[in-house]
Amino acid sequence: MSSVRYATFEVAGQLFGLEVSEVQEVLAFSEYTPVPLAPGHVGGLFNLRGQVIAALDLRVRLGEPAQERTGPAMNVIVRTDDESVSLLVDRIGDVVELEPTAAEPIPDTLSGPARELITAAFPLADRLMLALDARAAVRGSEA
Amino acid sequence: MKASTPDLEAWWSVEDFDDVVQEFLVESYENLDQLDQDLVALERDPTARDRLASVFRTIHTIKGTSGFLAFAKLEQVTHAGESLLARLRDGAQTLDRRGADVLLRVVDVVRALLAQIERDGQEGDTEILDVIAEVEACIAGGPAPTPVEPVAEQAPAAETAEPTPVAEVAEPTPVAEVAEPTPVAEAAPAQPETPEAATPAPAEEAAASRRGVADTSVRVDVDLLDKLMRLVGELVLTRNQMVRATEHAGDHTMSRAAQRLNLITSELQEGVMKTRMQPISHLWSKLPRVVRDLSNSVGRQVRLELEGAETELDRSLLEAVKDPLTHLVRNAVDHGLESPEDRVKAGKSPEGTLTLRAYHEHGHVVVEVADDGKGVDPKLIGATAVKRGLLTAEQVAAMDNDEVLRLVFRAGFSTAAKVSNVSGRGVGMDVVRTNLEAIGGAVDLRSVVGKGTTWRLTIPLTLAIVQALIVESDNERYVLPQMSVRELVSVEGQTSARIEYVSGAPVCRLRGKLLPLVRLTEALGGKAVRPEENGEAIYIAVLNGEGHEFGLVVDRVLTTEEVVVKPLASHLKDVGCYAGATILGDGRVSLILDVLALARNAHLGNAERAAAAAAAMAEVKTETRDRLLVTRVSDRRVAIPLSMVTRLEEFPVQAVERVGSREVVQYRGQILPVLRLSGLLGSWSEDVSDTVPAVVYSSGGHSVALAVDGILDIVDDTAPHGPSDGDGLSGSTVIDDKVTELLDMRRAIMAADPDFELPEFVTRDYVEAS
Repeated sequence: MSSVRYATFEVAGQLFGLEVSEVQEVLAFSEYTPVPLAPGHVGGLFNLRGQVIAALDLRVRLGEPAQERTGPAMNVIVRTDDESVSLLVDRIGDVVELEPTAAEPIPDTLSGPARELITAAFPLADRLMLALDARAAVRGSEA
Repeated sequence: MKASTPDLEAWWSVEDFDDVVQEFLVESYENLDQLDQDLVALERDPTARDRLASVFRTIHTIKGTSGFLAFAKLEQVTHAGESLLARLRDGAQTLDRRGADVLLRVVDVVRALLAQIERDGQEGDTEILDVIAEVEACIAGGPAPTPVEPVAEQAPAAETAEPTPVAEVAEPTPVAEVAEPTPVAEAAPAQPETPEAATPAPAEEAAASRRGVADTSVRVDVDLLDKLMRLVGELVLTRNQMVRATEHAGDHTMSRAAQRLNLITSELQEGVMKTRMQPISHLWSKLPRVVRDLSNSVGRQVRLELEGAETELDRSLLEAVKDPLTHLVRNAVDHGLESPEDRVKAGKSPEGTLTLRAYHEHGHVVVEVADDGKGVDPKLIGATAVKRGLLTAEQVAAMDNDEVLRLVFRAGFSTAAKVSNVSGRGVGMDVVRTNLEAIGGAVDLRSVVGKGTTWRLTIPLTLAIVQALIVESDNERYVLPQMSVRELVSVEGQTSARIEYVSGAPVCRLRGKLLPLVRLTEALGGKAVRPEENGEAIYIAVLNGEGHEFGLVVDRVLTTEEVVVKPLASHLKDVGCYAGATILGDGRVSLILDVLALARNAHLGNAERAAAAAAAMAEVKTETRDRLLVTRVSDRRVAIPLSMVTRLEEFPVQAVERVGSREVVQYRGQILPVLRLSGLLGSWSEDVSDTVPAVVYSSGGHSVALAVDGILDIVDDTAPHGPSDGDGLSGSTVIDDKVTELLDMRRAIMAADPDFELPEFVTRDYVEAS
């Protein structure tokens, strides 16, 4: 099996990865239009070259408390069938190339909303990377 | 019944006929091109049945339409071609070289005829008999005829059957020649040249000099148009940003370029919008039939009049208003118009008139459905609303006639005395309203009992770009569709509009009416703040939603802007209070508020709102007194409750005209009765000035003007009221240390217009004040 490239990023101290093919682009943006009454994980809206993009706070999506953001936040923009959605992350990491066979089962200790968003765990040289299910992550507000 | 036959004729006007011919030409040219290819392919493979069938269909269609449009030659030629094709299709004959030649010639002749029709609307003297003879020979399997013989035999017959326009024009000429050489006679010798013009050489020149129908119109995929519209939307946004940016840059070259960009974008936007436009006649064309059938089945005589059928609308909107419009038309025939007997009894012509009118107004398209029937009786509507449990009798009594009429747009309302299969099943006007509001439009009605009803649909020109009002709440900007904004009211310390609380619900008294309020900040889950209590100004956007008005309290009103509606991210659709998002001139994303949802979420719906209104009405009596408008009448000071003041106006002296013993003034398209308060109060005014200040009071569509000699002040009515002995006064008080008389408003209004229907609370005010 051929190897898969993952774009990695950090959320609440944990390293996550999304398959590169699912990531449209990564960019920093600082002005978001808040959406009152929206589900808590909606971080706001912003203008990406004339497109209105909803930014989802991955922290909240993973069951962590939201963090007050100061300055630009990093957006990982995921392209789904009908729209582009941004995931707000804390820090962008490297792109890593991994063999699917290197995947390990998801640790049993992982629970809560995060569990449903993770497809596999990959041990890297120094830490564990959790592979995110892009579709589940950008899907509506079951969480 | 011959109810609507004349209308059908009127409908089928010459212009329409031309349109039909044009469409026929475009379509036929397209089909002929396909035909050439099919025939050539067929010659190579005579057994291709689907191609044969396609060729047959095409020829058959042209034959059918030309018969319908009375193009006899075209019909004869295509008929001949069709006979041969039928044999080929049925296998009675196989297509050989000769057959193909003959068929291609048929196509050529058809093309020549079409070209002739396109030039002058007539078939002219294009030769058809040769080709018909060839086809017949081909069918018979005989030798190819020599063209001369059959022509000689049949040509005269064909010519008499088919008089050319020249012959018609020439007819009166002998008379003219005998009498005097009139211009008509002079024209006659020139006329015979026209047939020659149809001969190939000049005809080709003519064709080259102007483009044919097929060359000037192009069929375009709707998806492509949608994409163009989207792109133009983007361009509009970018333009807005560009213009905003250059305003601050102060660079002349840049601002000029931005100005040009601005103009070009607007023009482009208009152009692209036009490509999506279709005349409303597309929609109306079905109505004469609907009206005819319906009027027959319900026993009405209806004359349908259509005005402004050429008014154009975006095709998606056309589709969206189809059902509401049909419903209104059916409703008008079934309920609006009376039976012929009733009409005669009422002194009207037995034939009712239903007028559909479409026109542009303020960047919207207005479609009116007007009947001259019995009208809608507000009393009946009110009674039904009470019966249906929508409102209590007191609540209805507190509403003015327009408000009562609008009750028909509430869900579950139907006044039909009996349920018919046409309308009156309780689904109706509320559906019309919902459909219209869903596309950012609106519906309203005006009605005069005994005279008729007019339903008025206001439809935006396009869905994608809307005029919007930008407001601010909690430091964020929100977009309100301009369409739903009725007016803007600023509430400061000094104005009459104040926020009051009725059982905890905020309301605002606006010109004597209670307007339920929704604070945007709170409606969006923000904390409850009341800046007006700190003396800060707030603004109320009076909105129209769900059939009733309410005021949206915002922190600031910023500007109006054209915005492009962007769909909401799927995550936000469930939130419910946003209709979409857009990008403003500075590039920031802003949310478009869903006015209807705001109204719903704030529980302004029937029961709650009605209860609040009723409670408020009860409190009007006990509440602190109103503010007063102090006016000068001669040398006296006369105060008028501010809640009874709709507007202050100054009319030029010469505008006040005398009608009989009374005075009137033309005002906003109405004739307004004018009452001079000096006359009512028995003190003679000696003022000589060019203008007459007047206090205008309006209710239920009626207005009166009370002429005074000057407007002095607006004050809080705090001092105790004392008695008054003057006629037309209800008391007196002391304002600014001066005795001020209180006008008996009811007396004054009735004196100005004895037919004025005063709302309930005016009577109460009067009782309370005296």
